[in-house]
Amino acid sequence: MSSDAMAIPSATAEARPCVEVVHEWVTTVDHKRLGILYIVYALLFLVVGGIEAIIIRIQLIRPHNDLVSPQVFNRMFTMHGTTMIFFVAMPVLFGFANYLVPLMIGARDMAFPRLNAFSFWLTALGGLLLYFSFLGGNGLYGAGNAPDVGWWAYAPLTAKAFSPGPSSDYWTIALLVSGFGSIGTAINLIATILCLRCMGMTLNRMPLLAWLNLVMSGMVLIAITPLSAAQIMLLVDRYLGGHFFDTQAGGSATIWMHFFWIFGHPEVYVLIIPCFAFMSEIIPVFSRKPIFGYPVMVGATVCIAFVSLSVWAHHMFTIGMNSYANSFFTITTMAVGVPTGIKIFNWLGTMWGGSIQFKTPMLFSIGFLFQFLIAGLTGIMLASAPFDWQLSLSYFVVAHFHYVIVGGILFALFAAFYYWYPKMTGRMLSERLGKLHFWLFLIGFHLTFDVMHFAGILGMPRRIYTYEPRPGWGTLNLVVTIGAFIQGAAILVFVTNLVYSYFKGAKAGNDPWDAWTLEWSVSSPPPAYNFASIPVVASRRPLWDLKHPEDPDSRYE
Amino acid sequence: MSAVTSPFTERSPEWTLPYKGKVGMAGLIIAESAIFTIFVVAYLFYLGKSITGPTPREVLETPIFFTICLLSSSLTIHLAGKELENGHRKTFLILWSITIALGALFLFGTALEWHRLIYEHGLTISTNLFGTTYYSLVGLHATHVTAGLVMLTVVLLFGLADRVGIDQAARIGTLSLYWHFVDAVWIVVFTVVYIVGR
Repeated sequence: MSSDAMAIPSATAEARPCVEVVHEWVTTVDHKRLGILYIVYALLFLVVGGIEAIIIRIQLIRPHNDLVSPQVFNRMFTMHGTTMIFFVAMPVLFGFANYLVPLMIGARDMAFPRLNAFSFWLTALGGLLLYFSFLGGNGLYGAGNAPDVGWWAYAPLTAKAFSPGPSSDYWTIALLVSGFGSIGTAINLIATILCLRCMGMTLNRMPLLAWLNLVMSGMVLIAITPLSAAQIMLLVDRYLGGHFFDTQAGGSATIWMHFFWIFGHPEVYVLIIPCFAFMSEIIPVFSRKPIFGYPVMVGATVCIAFVSLSVWAHHMFTIGMNSYANSFFTITTMAVGVPTGIKIFNWLGTMWGGSIQFKTPMLFSIGFLFQFLIAGLTGIMLASAPFDWQLSLSYFVVAHFHYVIVGGILFALFAAFYYWYPKMTGRMLSERLGKLHFWLFLIGFHLTFDVMHFAGILGMPRRIYTYEPRPGWGTLNLVVTIGAFIQGAAILVFVTNLVYSYFKGAKAGNDPWDAWTLEWSVSSPPPAYNFASIPVVASRRPLWDLKHPEDPDSRYE
Repeated sequence: MSAVTSPFTERSPEWTLPYKGKVGMAGLIIAESAIFTIFVVAYLFYLGKSITGPTPREVLETPIFFTICLLSSSLTIHLAGKELENGHRKTFLILWSITIALGALFLFGTALEWHRLIYEHGLTISTNLFGTTYYSLVGLHATHVTAGLVMLTVVLLFGLADRVGIDQAARIGTLSLYWHFVDAVWIVVFTVVYIVGR
């Protein structure tokens, strides 16, 4: 009806000059285009961060290796960590949130479209600044180029005396700038979710993805900002001669650690909560059942957000806090496991008795559930202060947090890619390549990160450039590196799939997965205005209601 | 066909959601509060930890007058907003100008204090921990006052050009939220720096 009434000209059909297309993308304020920009930008940095990881792993492949110099090694792990957290994980998750939230709540755009574009370009500038350090960081002769102070940049490593030249400043300013971008996006998401929901979309009917991104955005507001504040202090120290982290003048190096981890730990939840959101959308669709325990899922998420704000010092057990602080942070850290466990049970409850379809998104989701559980268990082990004293600063910790970030976050992201790629491009990703990607990545992941636990238990410290040929260390590190290469190969398969399917993939249609949320009601890719007429919803699964008028969900809510 | 219609469209038509400007500003205020919290924590943590002088007790004087200026500007901006809602554009502009004047007076007070500290007591941001934390915290607040003044002045210019009417009342309300926040932060900074810290 409305399609012929509106008579939309097919603008994309005719070829336009390249400059015009680029101009359109650079000046866009459309949430879908910005979402895609975020995602593509993050994927580029994923490759860069991945190459840095491979360099680290080649350096550690055998004892006494000297492929790269110690200085380069320090730069590599600093840039790898910083890139992966700030310029891969954050932007890609913001990209998905940008793309999906307005579509899922029946809105035509974000609340502040220009702020949205501004935030993206701030983030983009941050990433460019960080990598410009390779060229511009060599301020004084021999001062080195890229930052090499670790992604946590502990004082006094960042003091002028130990970090001459501007390399650390590139790190500081890149994170400050992209942090402001994150705050802008978080404000935008909150305003969108609270103020632009379509008629009938009460908070109680909102898709869990929107709910969880609302919680995540709230966390960004109070978790990213402490880092921004600490970065400002660091700049004051480095440029105005301040003494915040200058122990010679009575300042404290410990307080930098506190400020950093007040940001750093909630940051993990900022990253994982949107991944929980993907799981809460994907698992029900491929189990052909509505999500189990919707209100409890929301409650558990809010609970995680609150508790996670009071756990930061479990990163600091080894610096010698008093026993009260140790007990407090042990207890709070273990307490986070409770709402997280509730969520895992709810996803299992959703799958229980469902007719599960093992499509690629579901495979990655199941991988997520399994690996995130193990990551949580090693997390509870490390939460215990005495255990942490043994294994902190060892490869056990590296294995633990990569289990969260790769085994959890990255697997959930791959699930999201396979699930929403058809909506974004109009083409399905190849299932064959997808399954190959999944199995290769799964094998590579477990080879690398399972084995890393053993190296840690055997006492291999983290952040070391090379090591002595101790019993077992050489073999374990060789296996870890082989796993890293298998993961690299899997990423190549993934990128091939993305590119190949963009041109040759099967046409997706509006709703390839027979799903239930509003984004599947519009064409793939959706028109610029999203909805020709703003939908009205009466339940949590508006498309189910539409497809099954004889038995709508709204009858039971 | 229309994109999606629910089988149950006969819902009650009222569907009101909060104003996005207010929600966005509330988000910004939460974020800013967290930044200020970190600076306040740093100030309190480093109290009395300076190795060399001068100390807060020796050099700080309580800026009562300028504090009254800033706090009363919250009242004038509130009244200005009310006047605009009632369509009294002229009184709105007068009250708005008074708000700007009070804010500027406060900044002038900060400038006087800094001048005195720097030239009479030799306290700069690099002198000792007190200098570092004091100038950072008070300076962060002054930066926010300055940003607020810029925004208020822009509104004043539009107002003088007769572009601010009752339609903009909601936006003016959003901007005053920011100004109230700047004032509220000063209460915290004042308490920490001039009462607790001495």
